[in-house]
Amino acid sequence: MTVGEVREALGWKAFHTADPDRRVTGGYAGDLLSWVMGRAGQDCAWFTIMSNQNVAAVALMADVACVVLTEGVEPDGDLLRRAEEKEVNLLGTGEDTYTAACRLHRCLT
Amino acid sequence: METIKLVYPVEGGDLIEAGEASSKMKLTLKKLGLPQDIIRRASICMYEGEINMVIHADGGEAQVEVDTDQIIIRMRDTGPGIPDVAQAMQEGFSTAGQTARELGFGAGMGLPNIKRYSDEMKIETELGKGTTVTVRIKIPQ
Repeated sequence: MTVGEVREALGWKAFHTADPDRRVTGGYAGDLLSWVMGRAGQDCAWFTIMSNQNVAAVALMADVACVVLTEGVEPDGDLLRRAEEKEVNLLGTGEDTYTAACRLHRCLT
Repeated sequence: METIKLVYPVEGGDLIEAGEASSKMKLTLKKLGLPQDIIRRASICMYEGEINMVIHADGGEAQVEVDTDQIIIRMRDTGPGIPDVAQAMQEGFSTAGQTARELGFGAGMGLPNIKRYSDEMKIETELGKGTTVTVRIKIPQ
């Protein structure tokens, strides 16, 4: 499925969708940026509650398909600006990380 | 292909803005048409090195050489040096301060991540003089 299809199917918010046609192949949850960098798979959806602008840089370098801010976290202005600059897909949901990840899993299988 | 040499200065001090050099390198590697996985590995190594330079030294410089069969990234700073390299290479060991931790860094994964995503990694460090981390990523032919 693509980022756009996942977002629509799960009713998640789009803070910025630079490339809605990008494929999502899995998920990864984590807030320690270096940990995420080392472990998140390419093309996955990354669930986090971190909302500073380094999130956009990590998403770009780790080459994830999209970032999903969970628990109703809103991106700060700098993160939004960076996501736009770096063409990072940035979504959001009020669900907790576990629920959001489970729903993505059901959606992808 | 002739060797392509790129130089990226890394600004010190502002962790929030860190990642500019890595972003620029990633864009250039993409334009050169390198495989996605190779670009990803080089970008992760460079970003971790960049973050280290900002946290531990007052910035530095990254030199990148791209050949047909490999990418060499040399990240040099004039920071305090690493007292115990073996310890710094352990996952979870970190000397990063509170600010870095609040931003989600300082998990002690920087150098281990560089090792994980490179084919070869060399650390040259001298206390009070600085550190140079050199990584090699092979490009499959």
